[in-house]
Amino acid sequence: MIDYSKFLNDKIQYIKPSGIRKFFDIANEMEDVISLSIGEPDFQTPWHIRDEGIDSLKKGKTWYSPNRGFSDLLKEICNYYKRRFNITYDYKTQTLVTVGGSEGIDLAFRSIIQQGDEVIIPQPSFVCYEPLTVMAGGTPVIINTKNEDNFRLKADDLRAAITDKTKLLVLPFPNNPTGAIMEKHDLEEIAKVIIENDLMVLSDEIYSELTYGNRRPVSIASIDGMYERTIVINGFSKSYAMTGWRLGYVLGPEQIIAQMTKLHQYGIMSAPTTAQYAAIEALRNGDNDVTHMRDEYDMRRRLVVDGFNSMGLSCFEPLGAFYVFPCIKSTGLSSEEFCTRLIMDKHVAVVPGNAFGESGEGFVRVSYSYSIAHLKTALKRIKEFLAELEQNS
Amino acid sequence: MDKLLKLLGANSDFTTAEIAAMLGEPEDYIKAQIKEYENKGVIKGYQAVVDWEKVEQSYVEALIELKVTPKKETGFDEMAEMCMAFDEVKSVYLMAGAYDFSLIVRGETMQDIAMFVAKKLSTIDGVISTATHFIMRCYKDRGLNLASPQHKEDGRLLVL
Repeated sequence: MIDYSKFLNDKIQYIKPSGIRKFFDIANEMEDVISLSIGEPDFQTPWHIRDEGIDSLKKGKTWYSPNRGFSDLLKEICNYYKRRFNITYDYKTQTLVTVGGSEGIDLAFRSIIQQGDEVIIPQPSFVCYEPLTVMAGGTPVIINTKNEDNFRLKADDLRAAITDKTKLLVLPFPNNPTGAIMEKHDLEEIAKVIIENDLMVLSDEIYSELTYGNRRPVSIASIDGMYERTIVINGFSKSYAMTGWRLGYVLGPEQIIAQMTKLHQYGIMSAPTTAQYAAIEALRNGDNDVTHMRDEYDMRRRLVVDGFNSMGLSCFEPLGAFYVFPCIKSTGLSSEEFCTRLIMDKHVAVVPGNAFGESGEGFVRVSYSYSIAHLKTALKRIKEFLAELEQNS
Repeated sequence: MDKLLKLLGANSDFTTAEIAAMLGEPEDYIKAQIKEYENKGVIKGYQAVVDWEKVEQSYVEALIELKVTPKKETGFDEMAEMCMAFDEVKSVYLMAGAYDFSLIVRGETMQDIAMFVAKKLSTIDGVISTATHFIMRCYKDRGLNLASPQHKEDGRLLVL
């Protein structure tokens, strides 16, 4: 028997597999499961966007694209950031098309972090930041955001986490799994601390179009003094329901994008060609689709928040993404116990909050990226579950 | 567009409490709004979208093009009202183009519809000609897909 551990990288062995998976595996083996656990749009990619992808295939456009991406797409991405966020980027030097937003995150970490550098990661948050920081040689420093702050990052908490080794802050808002957003005044407070301490920010804006209640999404790159300190990650998955196309992008200072482009060039070559043709159409003619989907999510969001609050699981109002993050502490169960019993007793799958960091303990992530009929059935079952818990105690 | 109307226009199968939650308004306000729309005739009614092919053996629909001579005083309106008066007629549209009215007519057999057109419609004073197109299958009605299975499997996987 070969002992493979001696061949394997120490760091990769230290990384734990994603905690979201476990519940998915249970759900998979059960029939009649109502899932509220999936983190991608239930909409299909709008037809006119799919059609452009198909058309490019029909015309035989099946070769590599330029490393950075097609210039038409790069231009449209810059137009979009100008139109939505009023930030100007140069399509030739400050833009890079990646395989999903997650490639951009990985490239940014590997281009910036050196052994021993500290990366500040607010949690609960998406599961990739911590392991990717570790693989890049960095040390993750976790800030736990709190329910009473509506899971926003507070400047004081940030200040307290900074040491002389700190290099980068990850800003994952609108947030998966809490649905929290950062408004302009929140970002201004954070920006002060970043500038004072001479740090960089990785702003993961993949859910930015899913910002509710007539609020325009704000990027920290638009705050004075932050343009030159921010690497923006965004993509097409959530806003245009294009998860399977695997297309994202990075915007930032020329000197950093140039280094990230080298990694991308050697590791990936270029993002999928068909997806890029579809994405050009999305940015040119897809604004109405985004609005339509946002309005639809918004209604479901209100329905689900109202549902949880009225069944006695307190739930702060999430203003972004497509998740609610109700507190389940009143049941006396841990997040994992709650989720296990809910799936066993009522066949409803939600994700334990601690899968997104220890501070998610006492909460569960509920995705409302499902039809209203589906959500209503699930809420009914959760209500029954709580009533039975109460009876048995 | 009014969000309440948009919501009800797409699906009216909600309780007022659910609508209130979804739109972030008090339930009393939603009830009052709906009442007002009903009173003003903005909301005309509520119907289920039925796939009749699933329940009725003998059932036929036809789309009928109608060319007419408009009346001097009332224009097309009087002609429209005469068409609307028949129970067999489900919908009446005034068209721009090669003909004037488009009617959806329903009967148990093709013969029913043929007789209806020959005896009732074409004999109305002012009707110049008719053309009858039998509908073979309804794939989509009022935004709903009637052709493919209702509960499509969720093709999404949990990846992370």
